[in-house]
Amino acid sequence: MDWAFLSETFRNLVSAIPLTLKLGALSMVLGSILATLLALMRLSGIRALDGVARLYIFVFRGTPLLVQIFLIYYGLGQFPAVRHSFLWPFLREPYWCAILALTLNTGAYVAEIIRGGLLAVPAGQIEAARACGMSPWLRFRRIVMPLAIRQALPAYGNEVIAIVKATSLTSIITLMEVTGVAARIIAETYRTVEVFVVAGAIYLAINFVLTRLIMLAEYRLTPHLRQPPQGRLVSAKGETR
Amino acid sequence: MTAVNEAPVALSVEDLRKSFGNFEVLKGVSLAAREGEVISILGSSGSGKSTLLRCINLLEIPDSGTVTVAGETIRMERVRGVNRPVDRHQVERIRAELGMVFQSFNLWSHLTILENVIEAPVHVQKRPRKDTIAEAEALLEKVGIADKRNHYPAHLSGGQQQRAAIARALAMKPKVMLFDEPTSALDPELVGEVLRVMRSLADEGRTMLVVTHEMGFARDVSNRVIFLHQGRIEEDGAPREVFANSRSERFRQFISRETVG
Repeated sequence: MDWAFLSETFRNLVSAIPLTLKLGALSMVLGSILATLLALMRLSGIRALDGVARLYIFVFRGTPLLVQIFLIYYGLGQFPAVRHSFLWPFLREPYWCAILALTLNTGAYVAEIIRGGLLAVPAGQIEAARACGMSPWLRFRRIVMPLAIRQALPAYGNEVIAIVKATSLTSIITLMEVTGVAARIIAETYRTVEVFVVAGAIYLAINFVLTRLIMLAEYRLTPHLRQPPQGRLVSAKGETR
Repeated sequence: MTAVNEAPVALSVEDLRKSFGNFEVLKGVSLAAREGEVISILGSSGSGKSTLLRCINLLEIPDSGTVTVAGETIRMERVRGVNRPVDRHQVERIRAELGMVFQSFNLWSHLTILENVIEAPVHVQKRPRKDTIAEAEALLEKVGIADKRNHYPAHLSGGQQQRAAIARALAMKPKVMLFDEPTSALDPELVGEVLRVMRSLADEGRTMLVVTHEMGFARDVSNRVIFLHQGRIEEDGAPREVFANSRSERFRQFISRETVG
């Protein structure tokens, strides 16, 4: 076992982690905003909006992310309109193409997760919010969304992990994130197995931390699903009629 | 009783009609509740009593007719044959003046009991959080669940949840309380604790509209009983009179069924 090579590889790959995290985090945030819009379109009851959202989700879930990345990176530049638009300084950068592809892709998946969460909110609790005079926006912000998020969080955790792994595909359009750096080291050394083992371990570590964070969030958000502290329950019992 | 009859009208509905599909649930219902009146609304299932209550705070939109709360009539308009409120903000403001208690409690499951009670006062009425907490604690004390303030609804029995829901409605300082079969989802041994709270509210002189199957409450606590039959008011009067000698054959049948069954 060549420990010197492994540790050098490890150091090189660690330096690429920030880019991996940036790609994952930014597309996750932007994708969630997009997904919320899509989910609301799906549930709007307006056929045109529902149809557009359906089609979008169908296309982006039904085609490989790698193909989407290629189409955005190589395809968009084919159109003079894109090249002359104010977006071109962004869209000619592989970094922003990667963000765009990841965002559009995860948006389609998360939209369905959020839609499921919204549908699971008990109608009676929404009715109670209407009955006390809450405006639609207040109702959404204070009652519907918090309940939907609690419902959707486990599935959302899966999507977070999927998107971290998906960032590895962006190495194909020259981004030097963890997989990109790994591929470069392999090209220089031909030591495929060792390098990819180290890269895999890094992804594993990132996702380990992320799953813990999601579990923690789930725990913090759902005290109502656990038993109340035992001591309080007993002392309360005496006063229950 | 005479004092009540001279009190100003807190809530009135005029010729309320509502259909679901081809089925006309309310066929023109009018009633006025004076301040301090406790009105029990009785009727067999399908008689329209819950729909009547839900039309009052526009959880259901009536097809025609008017609702007036403390002198303010909810403005409605007809758009392509469909009745709807003119101003959403007016509806929201009037809903905040009507405390609603549901059959299935409908407490917000992600908030503690205290948070449930202060939610609308803080976010709808924009009252200072500190004041509302003090008021909420007093209300929870009053309904007998002060020790549950930091528990979540799922940790409470049905009777405790319903008492919390009553506290939540009271926290808005409503002009009228609407109860939609508040004890129908409860185990028999839990009904009493909710009825006791409602009786204490009646004793305070609160204006209450109570859709109920509790004949004891209708007879002993309310000062007016309305019997709905097939979407119309069939009987309306003081409980002592209507229970003793109603002219309505259907009402007599109904109470004999309800009290025996």
